[in-house]
Amino acid sequence: MNNILVLPMLLPLLTGFVLFFLRPSVKAQKIVSLLSLLALVAIAGRILYRISDEGILRLDFGGWAPPFGILFVGDSFSALLVLTASVVSALIIAYSFTATERRMENMFFYPFAFFLVAGVNGSFLTGDMFNLFVCFEVMLLASYVLITLGGGKVRLAESMKYVAINVVASWFFLVALAFLYGTVGTLNMAHVSVRVAEAGQGPLLSAVAVVFLIVFALKAGLFLYFWLPGSYSSPPGPIAALFAALLTKVGVYAMFRTFTLMFYHDDFIMGTIIGTMAVVTIIAGCLGAVAYTDIRQIASYNVIIAVGFMVLGLAVFNEEAFKGSVFYLIHDMVIKGILFLIVGAMVYLTGKTKITEMSGLIRNYPVLGWLLFLTTLGLAGIPPLSGFIGKMYVGLGAVEGGNYFLLFIGFASSLIVLYSMLRIFMNCFWGETIINREDQRLYPARRLIPIAILGVLTIGIGVGAQALEPFVSDAARVMANPDLYIDAVLGEVES
Amino acid sequence: MKENDVILRTVTRAVVFIILTFGVELFLSGHHNPGGGFVGGLVLSSALVLLYVVFDIETVHQGVPFDFRKIAAFGAVISLLSGTGAAVLGKPFLTQGFGYFDLPIFGLTELATVTIFEAGVALTVIGTVVTIILSISKDV
Repeated sequence: MNNILVLPMLLPLLTGFVLFFLRPSVKAQKIVSLLSLLALVAIAGRILYRISDEGILRLDFGGWAPPFGILFVGDSFSALLVLTASVVSALIIAYSFTATERRMENMFFYPFAFFLVAGVNGSFLTGDMFNLFVCFEVMLLASYVLITLGGGKVRLAESMKYVAINVVASWFFLVALAFLYGTVGTLNMAHVSVRVAEAGQGPLLSAVAVVFLIVFALKAGLFLYFWLPGSYSSPPGPIAALFAALLTKVGVYAMFRTFTLMFYHDDFIMGTIIGTMAVVTIIAGCLGAVAYTDIRQIASYNVIIAVGFMVLGLAVFNEEAFKGSVFYLIHDMVIKGILFLIVGAMVYLTGKTKITEMSGLIRNYPVLGWLLFLTTLGLAGIPPLSGFIGKMYVGLGAVEGGNYFLLFIGFASSLIVLYSMLRIFMNCFWGETIINREDQRLYPARRLIPIAILGVLTIGIGVGAQALEPFVSDAARVMANPDLYIDAVLGEVES
Repeated sequence: MKENDVILRTVTRAVVFIILTFGVELFLSGHHNPGGGFVGGLVLSSALVLLYVVFDIETVHQGVPFDFRKIAAFGAVISLLSGTGAAVLGKPFLTQGFGYFDLPIFGLTELATVTIFEAGVALTVIGTVVTIILSISKDV
């Protein structure tokens, strides 16, 4: 029985509700959270191994066979992302144990962090478009709470924008679902794929596909990213890290799922529209990353560049490029987690946000400085760190597909990323120190440990790419051959 | 200013019970007919909200001394666990069962595990609606 598939969503949800009752004791909340997170990582690992043994897994809720019931489908792509999301969120929540204000801990910070994780994992695993919408909403509702928690004028202003834009996007999502159901009469992803292939992707279905593209582009910050820098730079470190590591990646995942499984027939949408959006996103992200002096803004624009780069793999549309994008997704969850934690720590330690106002931090906080340097190299994709392998495969895919322009834009963006990050590193960590030894705020080792573990992970993913490769290849193979997914979901039903 | 709301208060005393009964009826009929935990929960919570409107918050709290946020969380836990029960027994998550039992007074009755799930939904709805109404009323 494949009930294990529901656990990555069920366990965080249950934990969240249990934490609700543990509100008076912050310590009990932390212990329960930690145990649950460890269990979550173990479960995600187990799912990944079962998939490599037994192929794509599926769980029909309540025993209702597809396409009539709702189901969770675990293929390597979903399982890899669930595992990465679980590990990264475990480390970020462990970090927030020591870095969250008491006031926020009392106002249900941990329960909502768990609901966020539940929504993210559910979105990765679901095999039903409407269920995807529900999981998105679980994740977004939790994020609305987290972004407004604690208050403050700037944050409330930014969160108003964030909530408004996401409510509009969710409405578009519903409209797209209604069109899809009205056109093909089903919402089961595999079944939609079969029917779209049978009917041919005519103008109507292409229009539906474009509406989905707009929805996921809004959520992922692809082209329609204008809301992102503000809302990702206003909350405190751990929350921003959770957002940057998980939320946009879910949008990117949904885009890959939709356009590799269901709407892969139209070359114009695949190549031209998505490709253009990716290129514009990368260029605009680069401009932002270079233009701003606020470190939180620079970090946020780096999120946008990464989203553009991952979607390049989708625009190139071959197995090699998918492989690169999967690697890059995994890498990006880890690296954006570290980046936002370090940026949050820098703001916390100095009380300043602009690179012109900080200098010489390396004398006060050497470990933090070198971790930021590691992050810089990882973001730029320097071997043997984790960013390299993803960029290499996307590059190979682009060469194979003859998309040299996309290749050029993708790799040129690495240089800008390197420059924008080195700007932070050199301005803030080199030079005369601005903090006296006496006034120096203590940065406890307990906080450094989760960041350091993430740092080790980024090295590990790069060096150990060989070990990850079979899973990633399998993920890319399923994306390039939608029939594998369809057979796993509908195979027994039709025969 | 003290409003003269004798009529409202008198009517409410009777109407609340009608609403509550209707809510339970909707909840139970949901198994085969229109209704169910969500609608039933909404109707039940409308009775509570009516009480809050007519009497003040403190008075109602003396009669119904619950933290409604906890009720919402408790309801969600019940729903989740009712689905997990099936998983423990080796069936797919959320599988529901039913059976016919010969009960005293009721005679042959159909009992279904989905009622537990729906009860959780109803509690969540009640908890959420009342929490929302109470939080809004506090700020004004």
